[in-house]
Order: sequence, then C-alpha cells, then structure tokens
Amino acid sequence: MIRDITLGQYYPVDSVLHRMDPRTKLFGTMVFIISLFLADHIGAYAIATVFLASAIAISRVPFKFMVRGLKAVVFLLLISVSFNLFLTDGEVLVRLGFLRITREGLRMSCFMGLRLIYLVVGSSIMTLTTTPNQLTDGMEKSLGFLKAVKVPVHEISMMMSIALRFIPILVEETDKIMKAQMARGADFESGNLIQKAKSMVPLLVPLFISAFRRATDLAMAMEARCYRGGQGRTRMKPLRYSRRDHVAYVIYGVYLAAIIAVRAAL
Amino acid sequence: MGIIKASRLIFDYIRRDEDDNIEEIDRAIDDLNVDIEKGSFVAILGHNGSGKSTFAKQINGILTPTEGTVWVSGMDTSDQEAIWEIRKKAGMVFQNPDNQIIGNVVEEDVGFGPENMGVPADDIWKRVDESLEAVGMTAYRYKSPNKLSGGQKQRVAIAGVMAMRPECIILDEPTAMLDPNGRKEVIKTVRELNRQEGITVLLITHYMEEVIFADRVIVMDDGKLVMDGSPREIFSQVEKLKSYRLDVPQVTELAYELKQAGIDVPDGILSKEELMDCLLPMFERRFPGQVTLM
Amino acid sequence: MAIRAEHLTYVYGQGTAFEQYALKDVNFQIPDGQFVGLIGHTGSGKSTLIQHLNGLIKPTGGTVYYEGEDIHGEGYNLRELRSKVGLVFQYPEHQLFEIDVFSDVCFGPRNLGLDKGEVARRARSALEQVGLGEKYWDQSPFELSGGQKRRVAIAGVLAMEPKVLILDEPTAGLDPRGRDEILDKISHLHREKGMTIILVSHSMEDIARYADRLMVMNRGEKAFDGPPREVFEHYRDLETMGLAAPQVTYIVHGLREKGVPIDHDITMVEEARDAIVKLLKE
Repeated sequence: MIRDITLGQYYPVDSVLHRMDPRTKLFGTMVFIISLFLADHIGAYAIATVFLASAIAISRVPFKFMVRGLKAVVFLLLISVSFNLFLTDGEVLVRLGFLRITREGLRMSCFMGLRLIYLVVGSSIMTLTTTPNQLTDGMEKSLGFLKAVKVPVHEISMMMSIALRFIPILVEETDKIMKAQMARGADFESGNLIQKAKSMVPLLVPLFISAFRRATDLAMAMEARCYRGGQGRTRMKPLRYSRRDHVAYVIYGVYLAAIIAVRAAL
Repeated sequence: MGIIKASRLIFDYIRRDEDDNIEEIDRAIDDLNVDIEKGSFVAILGHNGSGKSTFAKQINGILTPTEGTVWVSGMDTSDQEAIWEIRKKAGMVFQNPDNQIIGNVVEEDVGFGPENMGVPADDIWKRVDESLEAVGMTAYRYKSPNKLSGGQKQRVAIAGVMAMRPECIILDEPTAMLDPNGRKEVIKTVRELNRQEGITVLLITHYMEEVIFADRVIVMDDGKLVMDGSPREIFSQVEKLKSYRLDVPQVTELAYELKQAGIDVPDGILSKEELMDCLLPMFERRFPGQVTLM
Repeated sequence: MAIRAEHLTYVYGQGTAFEQYALKDVNFQIPDGQFVGLIGHTGSGKSTLIQHLNGLIKPTGGTVYYEGEDIHGEGYNLRELRSKVGLVFQYPEHQLFEIDVFSDVCFGPRNLGLDKGEVARRARSALEQVGLGEKYWDQSPFELSGGQKRRVAIAGVLAMEPKVLILDEPTAGLDPRGRDEILDKISHLHREKGMTIILVSHSMEDIARYADRLMVMNRGEKAFDGPPREVFEHYRDLETMGLAAPQVTYIVHGLREKGVPIDHDITMVEEARDAIVKLLKE
C-alpha cells in the first residue's frame, strides 16, 4: 500500500551503534564504501565481511531489515552480475550455446555482486540506526565549514528534516485526492501522453495548494515555538564525540589499513 | 491586570491589490476588552469568522493589533523586542495536528521549542521527560508522529508547548479535526494541565461539550465580545446562544425545552446528573412507590 | 435494491507478516431511497467499506452488486458506476482545483462525456441544490468560506446526478451553522429527490435525527444494523467499541433505572421532552 512508503527507515532499539555520533557513522559508511572499491581479492572481502558482520551484530537490528533494501536493487544486481559473468574474457569454464562463463568472469561477478550487496547493507546499517534528524544534524555539523562560504547549512538541513517528515503525509494525500477525482469520473490511466499530462492537473493543483497550506501552517507553528533560524539555538542531542566514537575511528583506520595491505601484498 | 489583557483591541485584515492599493478591509476584531486571570481555564466560543482565532493569534504575537493593545504577562505584543519572551510565556497549539509537528520522532519534536530558546541540552531532556509525562505520551517518545492517532498528535503538540514552560497555553480549535475519542483525550489532558500544573488555559472551540469544565466562557460574534460568564450563566441563555448560531449540549437543551413546557427545571443545567437530580423528585411525587431516589 | 454486499472482505498486505483485515465478511443490502447512517471508531473499516461501493477499492473476497450486477464482473463500466454512486470524501474541498466555482462543478459531468449544454445544466442544478447562489459561480473556490467550499465540492459530485450519495463525515471541522446547512441539504436530497444516502458520521445526534437505518462497524465487521433507536439501546456495547449513544439516550435510561416508566427507545430532545411532559402532567 502506498502509505507504507517511508523514508528514513530508523529501527528503534538501543545499541552502541544507535548511540554513536552520526558523524562517526557517516564517516564509517564512507570508509566502508571506499574499502569495497579498493577490495579486489578474496582476502579483502573476508576482512570486509568481518567488519560488516560485526556492525550488523552490534546494531541489534534484525537481519531481515538489513536485506530489505536489497529488493530495490535486485534488478541492478542481476544485470551487473550477469554482465560480468558472461562478458568477461579469460579462461573458459562452461559454454552454454553462445554464452560462456570464464574463470575471471566468475570472479568478477562474485565480487561485483558482493560489492553491491555490501554497499546496500552497509548504508542500511547507517539509516537503520540513525534517525533522519540525527542524520541531517550530522551532515549539518560535518559540512559546517561551508558556512564560511555563505552556504546556509542550517537552513538546508532543516529543510531536509521537514521534507522527511512531510513526504509520507503528501504521498498519502496524493492517494486521497486521486481517489476523490476518480470518484468524479477522472481517468488517470488511458489516453496519449498529452491527455495523460492534462489529466494530472486535477491532481497536482490540489496537491500544491495543500502543500502551500501546510507550509504556511508549519511556518506559523515554528515561529510560535520561538524558531528564528540557527542562531542562538541549542541542541537537544548535541553532537559530541565520546569514547566509543574515538574507538570507532581507530577501528576504521585499522580496517582501511588492512584492506590496503591486502591489496598491496597480493 | 491578569496574565492576558486586551484593551480596545481592533484588528483589520487588509487585502491589497497588485499595486499595493487597499482593496478590502475586513474587521476581524472590533473593540475587544478582555482580562484573563492567571491560572484560570477560559473557553472562547464563536462560529467560524467570529474573530476567535484571530484573537488567539494576537496573544502569541503572530498578529499584532491594528489599534489597541494586548499584554501578555505585562508585555505589550506590539513591542518587537519582547516578542520571543511573549512566545515563551504564551504557547500555542493549532488546529491541524499534522502541520505543527516538526520532528521526525516524538521526543525530538517536544525538544524543538527549548532548542530554539537556547536551553542547555541537559535541561532540554528534563523538560522533554516532564512534558511527555504530563500529557501521558512517554510510552510513545521514540515513535514517528506519522504513526500516531489525531488525539495523540495533539497531545505531542501540547507537550511541545509545555516544554517551553509557558504560563499560559492557547489552543486554537485543537479538536476540530479529531474524532470523539481524540477530542475527549485532548480535553482531559488540557484540564489536567490546568488543575495540576496551574497553567492558564485559553481554549478556542465551537464544541459546547468542551466548555462546561471551564471557569469562564467568552462568546464572540462578529469580532465583538457578546457574552462572558461562568458556563452555567452562559448556558442559561439558550435562546441567545442560538441567535449566535451556537449549539448547546443536548442535556442543556432538554432542560431548557422542559422549562419552556412549564416544568420547574433550573436554568443552565450542564450534566445528565444535574438534570436527573431535579427530575427524579418530581417523578417520585408523580409515581409514589414506583420511582426511588436511591 | 440499490446496493448489495456479499461476504465482503478486504485484507491489507495479504500474504505478508503485516496481514490485516480491514473488512471481514460484511453483508448487507441497501434498498433504493434509504437514508443509512454508518458509524465506527477510527480504523473500524468504514472508510474502506464505502470505497468498495463505487469500485475505488477492489475487494479481496466477496462481491459488491449495484442494481443486481457484480461491479467487478467482466465488462462492467466502473466509471459509469461512479457517476451512479457518488462518493464525497472527508474534507472534499481539498479536491477543488478549477479557477472558478462553476468550472469545478463541471469537472464530473464533463468526464462523463456529456455535451456542453448538458454539463452546464447539471452544474447549475447541482449548485442550486447545495444552495450556492449565482453570485459565487464566477469566484475562485479558494476565496470562499470553509462551509461554502465544502458545498461546492459536494455539488461537484451531485453534478454527476448520482442515484446513491455516500458522504464521509461531510460536517467534519465545520461550525454548527455550516453543519446544519449541509445536513439540511442532504436531508432535502433524500426527501425530495428520493436519493439513497449513506452518511458516515461521528455525531450520534445527527444520525438519530436523519437516518432511517444505522450500521455500526467494529474491527472490520458489521456489529449492528437496524433502526437508530434500536441500535442506540445497545449503548453499553457501543461504548466498548469506542462509540456512544446520543446524550438523550443516557438520560432516558438513567430515568428508567430509577423506575420512571419512560419509553426506552427515545433518541431525540423533542421526543424526550414530550415523553417527560406527558408523564409529569397527566
């Protein structure tokens, strides 16, 4: 159903990862992604697997939530795996008609598949253990240096956070308006491209009006609660590195060094 | 002077055309004088367009008077310097529960006000804990607001205001979009805040059942204050209320109708129990032995 | 028989861990010209139910018949059904989109492929039925008051000239004046035009006043179905479903418990007054 679509798939349990500073998690995800592109040997993947598995274990998020994100990329995954499997030159292992599988192809496609799966699962860990607000906070703070060049970092992160809150509401509203217009005989499906575009007007106009009304209301509500931009604002969950974050950074360093070492050694 | 005072308040909505010429002036509030006592529960009634919501927005400084003055805790709302101080003192809850929750998690939303006020983090947590407890939403603190019912969302909004430690809460038709259970939930919460925390409450509504608990009821019509008194005094005047196109609770209406039909029922009956208490002795006399008062 | 539902069932997320019954084996028939009140706690399935009746939702199990025909049968024209079974959603003013009131009301009939003259005739007649004078017709719908906007939206459905009109809480958020205006118009359509009405409402007082029949939904099932005065006698059961009876019902039952021989099925203020006066003065 349409209302099941939620952005930011935070899974609320208490774990070390949940309590970790979002900047640490953002950085960790980046390190992990880089490591996946550096990894070109089974040994490196073994290290990455250990790293990922430990992260999953300490996150205390059920594994099935981790792999849920894979559904979205299944198609991409199949294409890239089969391309690598069938189109890499090298020592032929199996021949199926005009298709052939080479040793190199098999290796490449395994790595490619693993890389994609790890990529998705790795970023899922971050979104599952970090609320969208913490995430935007983390980005705001990490990108704070951009303020010097007049980038409104606070405003952008506030906008993102509000968007996260209102997208599900507007999705539901779209569904409702669509049904209301269908009850008045509207047809959103048939007709050529121009007719289809035209049939969107009765959907889009009410949707925009509603979005504007909500924006006006929200602005008023925010002002009534003393919001006046980022200045003089304190944070309920201020970003402060603690010991676990420092430990995490050390682990990142060791991890990345190990991946590079494997790459250099072999 | 009470916590909120409006003196000779006039407010015009002015519509201008593209060249900034005045196209239309709509007088929403017309010479309003009100003084609200600290710690009281005041309900403002009136049909749509009576000026009641416009008045609410004056108290919080979202709108400022065209003429006259509004004071909140002794501060003039047209004083730009005092505006943030006023908004801390007089918190506001709006009609649409969806359009006033900013946070993606309940507790983060409740912390939004104190964050804006520059409260230190430890103190914010304390305030958030207390506010959630006060509205009975502690169990939902880690939830997404999108997963809550309308009544629960309004309670979160109330907690968000409470966390600013206001002296007074103004609720602008907080129940208009809720179902009957949500309505009860919100009114119960507001009453408890008034009685237990001593918060001054200004409840704007057009549901009559919600105002019978108030200390004082103000009726507005066409931008003017037209009735002012205790619920009992107000509900004694059924005809007058109807002339302002307002309802009365069914029990009040029945008592009024009975009185019109010549039965000796006092004015301003507010509850089923009150009505029963005055009808039963009559029935006992009429059907001796059959009707018992016990 | 206007509408018949047989073993109507609707399941969200069938086959997943989130499987949930929104409707469970619901059966009823609604004859032509009846005024049916539909009540239920939020999430009781009443909104899902009414969207089945004009084919916006396809049931997971069971069948909906309109004038004896299965609306999901082969070759059945659902768009035509939607013109016969008009559905007014909650807060219907949120669907307005045209630059003026008149054009917006024309949207429905235009979708039916009628010629221009007929479209305009229907729009005029619909606007008259909701009591919106000609001076508003050229105005932008967004400049009207809340109650007026809502009447425009209802006219937008009426302009399709439906035989059955379903309204989901048409008075939500309106003040007593706006509410009375709308309910009077609906009642007029029922009495004068013989339209079949299904009214979803949270106001037991309104149901008691207008409806011939009351259906109560609870957890996806039909819990009660009968004349409002009979259903309201089960006020204790209604309370366990998060519902209630009109205040008058409670007073009458309170009096009866003390031995007052007053009729037990009174639901309206005037009835209660007459009964009490009769008992005390005779």
